[in-house]
Amino acid sequence: MKKIEAFIRPEQLEDMKEILDTLQLSGLSIMQVMGCGNQKGWKEFVRGAEIDYQFLPKIKMEMIVLDEQADSVVDSIVSKAYTGEFGDGKIFISDIGDAVRIRTGERGRKAVR
Amino acid sequence: MDHGDVAWMLTSSAMVLLMTPGLAFFYGGFVKRKNIINTLMSSVILMGVASVLWVLIGFSLSFSGDVAGIIGNLKWAGMNFDGMTDTTLPYPNTLAFAVFQMMFAIITPALMTGAVAERMKFSSLVVFTAIWSIIVYYPLAHMVWGGGILFDIGSVDFAGGNVVHISSGVSALVLAIFLGKRKNYGRTAYRPHNAPFIFLGAALLWFGWFGFNAGSALGANELAIHAFLTTNTAAASAMLSWLLIEVLTEGKPTIVGASTGLVIGLVSITPGAGFVPVWAAVVIGALVSPICYFFITVVKKKFGYDDALDVFGCHGVGGIWGGIATGIFAQKSINPAVAWNGLIFGDINLFLRQIAAIALTIAIAVAGTLIAGKITSAVTQGIKVSPKEEDIGLDATQHGESAYPAFNGMD
Repeated sequence: MKKIEAFIRPEQLEDMKEILDTLQLSGLSIMQVMGCGNQKGWKEFVRGAEIDYQFLPKIKMEMIVLDEQADSVVDSIVSKAYTGEFGDGKIFISDIGDAVRIRTGERGRKAVR
Repeated sequence: MDHGDVAWMLTSSAMVLLMTPGLAFFYGGFVKRKNIINTLMSSVILMGVASVLWVLIGFSLSFSGDVAGIIGNLKWAGMNFDGMTDTTLPYPNTLAFAVFQMMFAIITPALMTGAVAERMKFSSLVVFTAIWSIIVYYPLAHMVWGGGILFDIGSVDFAGGNVVHISSGVSALVLAIFLGKRKNYGRTAYRPHNAPFIFLGAALLWFGWFGFNAGSALGANELAIHAFLTTNTAAASAMLSWLLIEVLTEGKPTIVGASTGLVIGLVSITPGAGFVPVWAAVVIGALVSPICYFFITVVKKKFGYDDALDVFGCHGVGGIWGGIATGIFAQKSINPAVAWNGLIFGDINLFLRQIAAIALTIAIAVAGTLIAGKITSAVTQGIKVSPKEEDIGLDATQHGESAYPAFNGMD
């Protein structure tokens, strides 16, 4: 089992939901986060005064998938989140030791499916 | 000059002005959170543009003189008349009338902006509404209220069913089709991001509408009281009938439904507020909800146009129903300004003239909107934001502001 954490642009979220359907994943979690990286912040003007925002709103998606699903999930996130400009985000993949479905008590692959 | 009349007209004018920020909140609650500032600004900008245009040329083109029954002349450009002493003016309080009418010229183009929400370039919206005011609104105001052809044929429109609601509703539909759909229309749910804002806006609209309709009696008189009562009655009746539809079809009554119902109730009574008996207001309001509900849920889906906030479904359709209903329920004994009784009292004359007026209004709105749209498109090099800007949101891309920056406690 793998955990996939993807930091993406908020405006790409709509396209992400299609991943669920096309790859038959059982679920994902989404968090609103603020982050800073190579994209830097942006400026707003309030009554003529410049205000710097160092952190930009981003979406963090988190999902646990089976080992054999991981590559295709990562590929499709990359293809949908890509714009080619700074701020497209990053994806992190890590191993998961075990999983439990609370309702049934199933463990491991059965709990993820 | 009657002091009571002046006091009521100025009060009414201020109430009608308040409808435009009310409308801004009403619309703003419906859009995505990344687009609320743009939606608010689409109404707010008209408090500037339409006010100045009105003072410079609008009032004159609408109410001074007559050119072929279609539009006025420029004799009163810049409000160039002496409202205090000139006894040749058509109303004893002509300047107060100009102030009152200005508020209508502000809210009418603002109504349209709901249909094109979340995807129209702000610069294009400003140019479009300015051109539209000149080629659609002023001529219509002249034709209906300023002694033009619709006035002459004997059709009636108490507070702006044709001029305000049908014209803006139909134009909104044409502009929405001309502009094209939102990027994810049909693929994702565009659900309201702030239902309390919708109700805040609806509440301000209800309050302001008393100025809109009762003020259209143009004086502090019995007709104003009558219009006040029909206005409240239709709003109440339509709100209840919309909620009843919701309970019957979806199971639960919603605040968005209550807000929608009361607003279309106000729309439907607008042309007849000073012509129909109070009991008819109950009927007009009760019927507008199922009619609009049908257009929004069935007709819009069938044709697939992206009238984002249902401006056509609410104001266009509700206004058309109101105009027809005036032809059905109007009563000479209530207001001698109408030459015939309505259909229900056995006279078809007014009914036919109402239909004719509606048809002409629709024709002008369609033609004027297409012309204004083409000109705007040429001036601002396209009228739609890019798909990427649409994704990011119009608040950031058109205004450089964010409505809810504190969503996770960073500031």
